[in-house]
Formats: sequence, C-alpha cells, structure tokens
Amino acid sequence: MTHPMIEMKQVQKAFGSNEVLRGVDLEVAKGSSLVIIGGSGTGKSVALKCILGLIEPDAGEIRVDGQSVGRLSGQRDRDAFLARFGMLFQGAALFDSLPVWQNVAFRLLRGRLARPRDEAREIAIEKLRRVGLKSDVADRLPAELSGGMQKRVGLARAIAAEPEIIFFDEPTTGLDPIMSGVINDLIREIVVEMGATAMTITHDMTSVRAIADNVAMLHGGKIRWTGPVSQMDDSGDPYVEQFISGSAEGPIEAVR
Amino acid sequence: MTPITALGLIGRTSLGRLAALGRISRFAASAFSHMIRPPYYPRELAVALLNIGWLSLPVVALTAVFTGGALALQIYAGGARFNAEAVVPQIVAIGMVRELGPVLVGLMIAARVTSSIAAEIATMKVTEQIDALVTLSTNPMKYLVAPRVLAALLTVPVLVGIGDIIGILGGYTVATKTLDFNAAAYLKNTVDFLELRDIISSLAKGAVFGTIAAVMGCYYGMQSGRGAQGVGRATKGSVEAAAVMILAANFVLTGVFFSL
Repeated sequence: MTHPMIEMKQVQKAFGSNEVLRGVDLEVAKGSSLVIIGGSGTGKSVALKCILGLIEPDAGEIRVDGQSVGRLSGQRDRDAFLARFGMLFQGAALFDSLPVWQNVAFRLLRGRLARPRDEAREIAIEKLRRVGLKSDVADRLPAELSGGMQKRVGLARAIAAEPEIIFFDEPTTGLDPIMSGVINDLIREIVVEMGATAMTITHDMTSVRAIADNVAMLHGGKIRWTGPVSQMDDSGDPYVEQFISGSAEGPIEAVR
Repeated sequence: MTPITALGLIGRTSLGRLAALGRISRFAASAFSHMIRPPYYPRELAVALLNIGWLSLPVVALTAVFTGGALALQIYAGGARFNAEAVVPQIVAIGMVRELGPVLVGLMIAARVTSSIAAEIATMKVTEQIDALVTLSTNPMKYLVAPRVLAALLTVPVLVGIGDIIGILGGYTVATKTLDFNAAAYLKNTVDFLELRDIISSLAKGAVFGTIAAVMGCYYGMQSGRGAQGVGRATKGSVEAAAVMILAANFVLTGVFFSL
C-alpha cells in the first residue's frame, strides 16, 4: 500500500489563548501539488512550519513519507529529514551577508551535502539559470536585487539540493501580475520536471489555478474543503465560493 | 496599593528576573556545547573575530587613552592635597589594569558589539532567515551564536590588554608632558608596582565581559518580536542587560580576585 508523502492528523496548535490550528487533517500524495488557500492569519504558515518542525504542534500527528515527525530524535535524524525539503519563504529570506551564489549553494557548501566550492558554485549558477537569472547576478548581494529577482534566487536555493518535497510560502505576494505569472509557471515546471511533492500557501487565485493539482481551504483552524482544482469552482461550499469570488458578503467575516 | 499586592508585585518581578536569568544561562550553556561539537563554521568564526576584535580596536584605543590621561590629572590634583603627587604612575596602573580597562572596554563592547549582534540576529529572525537556516539543515545556535560567543571570549581579553597598555601610556603622556614627571622613572614605577595578579584579573574580566556581551546580543536577537519595533526592543534590551551584567560581574570578580 502506498502512503501519502505528507499526512497531518488532527494537528492542533495554539499561541497563548489564540487557537490557530484546531485539528487539521491533510494528505498530500507523492508527486502531487497541493495548494492551501485561506485568509490572512488563518494559520497556513503555521501548518507548514509544523511539518518542518520549526513549530511544535500541541497535539496530533504529522507523518512525512510514513515517518512520524514528532519522533525524530537527535541532530542527525533532523538533518536527514530536512535534507529532503526545500522551502521558498514569503520574503525570500535570503541571507543578506552572503552573495547570491552562496545563498543558492548554502546547503552544498556545508554539512552532510558539502561539495567542493567550485562544484557548488557551478550548481548554483546552473540553478540560477533554471529560474531565469544570468550568471552575472551570482556575485551580487541579495539587497541589490529587485523583489522578483530575490524570489527567483529563493526558488533556486529551494531546489539547489534537489529536494523531494518543496514548500512555497506565498510565492507571488508583493510581485506585479506579470512577475507573478512567471513565478507560477516556474514553480509548475520545476515541480513537474523534478517529480517533487509540493505544498503551496497562497491567497492569489491565479496562482492556485496555475500551480495546484489539489486545493485545500483552511478556515477557523480546520480544513473546510479539499478536492481537485477542477472541482474548486463547483465545490458547493459557501466559504470556498466566497473566497474564490473575493466577495465581502458571505459566511467569512470581512473584518478580522 | 495594599501591602499584600505590593509584596505580590515584588515577588512576581523577582521570579520573572530569575526565570530570565535561568533562560539566559541555559542559552549560554547551549552556545558553549555547540562550540565544542562539530560541524564547525570556521568562516563564520573568522568574520566574527574580525568584527568583534579587530574592528573594535579604534574605539577601545580612544576610550583607553582619554581615560588614562584624565586619571593621571585627577590623581595628581587629588594627591596634591596631601603631598602625594608622586603616586600617579602607581595609581594609574592599578586603576587602569584592575578596573577601568576591563570595565570600560566591556561597556564599549556592549555598545558596539552587543547592539550590532542583537540587531543583526533580530532582523534575521524577523525576515525568516533563521527559519531558512533551519530548513537548510543548519543549526542557528551553531552557525550564528557559537562563533560570535567564541570570538568575543577570545578577542575581548586581548582588547582589554591593549586598552590597559594604551591607558597607561595615556597617563604617562599627560604626566611626562604636563606634570613634569621623569619618563624613565614613571615607566619603572609602573612596571615595579603591577603584580601578576592584577594582569590576570584584568584579562579574566575581559573574557567574562566579552562572553556576556556576545551572549546577550545573541539571546535578545533570537528572542526578538515581530517587525521593526521588535528589532528595536531586542537591541535596546540586549545593551541594557549586557551593561548591567558586566558591571555586576565586575563587582563579583573584583571580590573574588582581591578580597579572598
């Protein structure tokens, strides 16, 4: 029997009295692309960070490729676990003290995946080319790049070590529509050509249609609706309908 | 406010402070344990040595030279009240090496290094760079904290030693140029008067103060709240805490070295 690549069961997390996740159930099949939609502050990022172990859930179980995340013990296990992931952060989260190529090759320059410097640089330049950047940006600092270019560098860093699972945290936020389209297409292409399992958080519906195989809507700390992207438009769920149409009228309170 | 609520307030504040001290101690212990376990990040250490040690030299030198000069003037003026002007070299040496050298260098490091470490790490935290490090299988305690603490532990004693020497030279310059002291006699008095214990205590204080400065910068940076305000608070808190802890540690260390 094949198990899902990522599995969340009744995951709960509260920050003080603020219950962000109230029992999230989610499955992502191997090689598929799931997009989580939901308003700002509904805990989409928290869910991703729970899977990565950046935040420890209060209750529930998370399994990655059948292995329980909570039972990882020791640095070695965690390193091996994290080596399977790549993540593109919302603000790209590039290390601003390092030139672009060292950001991209970060994982290849140290730790268990370390390679010779020249080789790491070559891989970094190749990955930069893959996301549409020329080799002359390699020696620049992240602060010298535009927002769209920083996102591309972040994407190159996420895929540099050929991860099996890639997370995208609001990949198009803060970009103009054309750059958003470019990033969406890149994400789709890369995920397909690498055969990676992808999980994306967004509230950009164009992004959803471009990237997703499956869609899950997070609202009120639970998954409201989940299904293939083709069925999203006739979900019959008033929350999903309101979110897709961007209407102020509906079950979701507009003032949060 | 009734006496009971006042007591409650005192109790809660004390407990809060002690809990914070406990968290900081655990943080420091973790930083030291990461220093001795691989993987090591020599490049990070080199950058930290440069930033904390080498680039602090100008401010340390200026602080020391002016303090030594002022000290010589004060001791001369004060000593003149009971015909003891001749003790200038001895008191400048003792004052600089035992107290002013380590304390002033420690405070300058708190101002220069603690603030910059806290602001840098807090900004990294706010912009998710710390999370990014973790997802790239790199432990922030090892990659960011351990090299900075180790660099401060190694370089601040050296800075204190240099500060001591420059401070004494500041006193020497003032004494020989304006107060008519004999240059050779001044230096001989200084060297004869200082004991090994004075120098060891000075360098040991430097090591402790350097560690405090770096640990507080890293701790407050890692605990930073969100946004620009979070970074500002972390920076302010780190410098305050480092300065107060350096002065408190100085009192304890002086007690340990000179009254036991």
